[in-house]
Amino acid sequence: MNRTSADTLEKALEKNRYERVEKLLELGRELKRDKAGLIGVILITALVLMAVFATVIAPHDPTDQDLTARLAPPVWYEKGTWNHMLGTDHLGRDVLSRTIHGARVSLWVGAAVVLLAGGFGVVMGLMAGYLGGKTDAFVMRWIDTQVAFPGLLLALIILAVIGPSLTTVVVVLALNGWMVYGRMTRSAVLSIRQSPYVEAAEVVGCRWPRIIFRHILPNLTSPLLTLAILEFARIVLAEAALSFLGLGIQPPATSWGLDVSMGKNYMFMAWWLVTIPGCAIAVTVLAINLVASWLRLISDPQEREKQFARHMAGTMRKKMQAVIEKESRTP
Amino acid sequence: MGRFIYRRLMHGLIVILGVTVIVFVVTRMVGDPVQVMLPLESTLEQRAAFEKKLGLDRPIYIQFGEFLGNIARLDFGESLWQKRPAMDIVFEKLPMTMLLTAVGIGFACVAAIPLGIIAALRPGGAVDRVTVFGSLLGLSVPQFWLGLLFIVLFAVQFKILPTSGAATPAHIIMPALTMGLPTLARLVMLVRSSMIDELNQQYVKTSFAKGLPFVRVVGLHALRNAGLPIMTLVGWEVIRSLAGYSVVVETVFAWPGIGLTAIQAIERDDLILIQAIVFTAAVSVVAINIAMDFIYKLIDPRLKLT
Repeated sequence: MNRTSADTLEKALEKNRYERVEKLLELGRELKRDKAGLIGVILITALVLMAVFATVIAPHDPTDQDLTARLAPPVWYEKGTWNHMLGTDHLGRDVLSRTIHGARVSLWVGAAVVLLAGGFGVVMGLMAGYLGGKTDAFVMRWIDTQVAFPGLLLALIILAVIGPSLTTVVVVLALNGWMVYGRMTRSAVLSIRQSPYVEAAEVVGCRWPRIIFRHILPNLTSPLLTLAILEFARIVLAEAALSFLGLGIQPPATSWGLDVSMGKNYMFMAWWLVTIPGCAIAVTVLAINLVASWLRLISDPQEREKQFARHMAGTMRKKMQAVIEKESRTP
Repeated sequence: MGRFIYRRLMHGLIVILGVTVIVFVVTRMVGDPVQVMLPLESTLEQRAAFEKKLGLDRPIYIQFGEFLGNIARLDFGESLWQKRPAMDIVFEKLPMTMLLTAVGIGFACVAAIPLGIIAALRPGGAVDRVTVFGSLLGLSVPQFWLGLLFIVLFAVQFKILPTSGAATPAHIIMPALTMGLPTLARLVMLVRSSMIDELNQQYVKTSFAKGLPFVRVVGLHALRNAGLPIMTLVGWEVIRSLAGYSVVVETVFAWPGIGLTAIQAIERDDLILIQAIVFTAAVSVVAINIAMDFIYKLIDPRLKLT
């Protein structure tokens, strides 16, 4: 008896594992259908790899100054050299290497802020939504109040007083951005609080931390993931803006925003100093946005069906065309 | 209605008080104002005298009480940088930021509504896809970089627009465009998605079936029903801009508004001017929030104000 139930359990697990793989493959196939989403995913993967292996890929150290080759133009100019493919800045530092290393800062700040702000916001939202009553009132009041703060100005002042650094930038941006997660989590929790599986967990006698983290949280994954990715894009832009204003990442560290603000003074004779790091920011944020909009599409069953129908219509049209051509060729 | 106004005003007061407390704590407790504001080589006597002048030698709770009292009278003291009352500077700069915000966001609205509607008429069509991709691009480009590109393009290459400052009406074109473009992108997306939802409603089909003209159905009936989220976003954009997001654009174009002044005050460690600016920003945000609630009520009479 025991033996057989264990066998069936194993079989069920086996099947589950198979289904999971199948689901991932399905996701991959769907990604192939959405070209914009695919481009986004590829770009982000490339960026992450670039950030991780920055020291290996970058041809120079990003802080190495080559004062004899100051403001060298990119390679396609007459004076450009392969040594500095995208030119150098006013201190002779290699623009390509700085851009590669800049990806590290941007992605690191983005990930850290999303984790910090997201973690705090989600926990607050879960508690507010599930516990209700005074907790809910308190958290919502807090969120309402903080949303109405002039956030960026406060951030600038705090940064100026404490002194800007990587850590302070992360902390300030996280303090400024957790409210979105809180609000969204709370409203999602409110809508699934009454569902049977939550009630079942309550009846079995689970304590509330277990219910909110083990039972409710996994069901919020897809909307929270989309939100986190959108927030990531916003944070990358915010970090760049802070660094541009001189209140973010400080030299000798590298950051795209910092590079644009330094290149600004040489804008009229060396356009690449501003353009290249700026493009890097734009491409990164665009890639993240593309992935976010793809995720939003596939997490909406209606949109998903529409996309599938469009895809099927497309392949059928192609097939028909092939048949027609074939027939027209054979008289 | 009276209850609603009362509650909103109370909440506004809490917000303003909260901002005030944070600014107070950050400027007095985390950093030492005297050290920040006086030069390094100042003597101990000078420091003591300066402390006395600002009232920093008294207990912190008395300082806080006096700070609140001064705020109630809109008296923040003299700006250390410009040597005149901080509030005067704020009142001089605030209209410039308001003007920039109005022109920038006005431009965004004027462009976004037709664009969004055209995209919504055929979701998934060529125009729609170009619009969606364009808005994603607009959302992804950093504002400061866009501003610099505009300067290189229109001021340096073509020499048709002035680079920075606010001397002539032509000076506002580039800053307003820069400020409006991300707003435009967000607005187009929203107008598009809410118009798609609205055009699928039964009443739209009925209106068409009755033979009402196309422009009337789309532009009047559907747009008005899609208007609430659009209004919300526009309000948000105005708030964002007044709450400090204009800093970036104003810095790039040296537009003499409150954002540029804030950055200059921060650079010069002028804590008094900073306090005045943050307080003003908080008050404007609260005021716009309350105004927005009334505008909702005007647009959608079904809404209950609670």
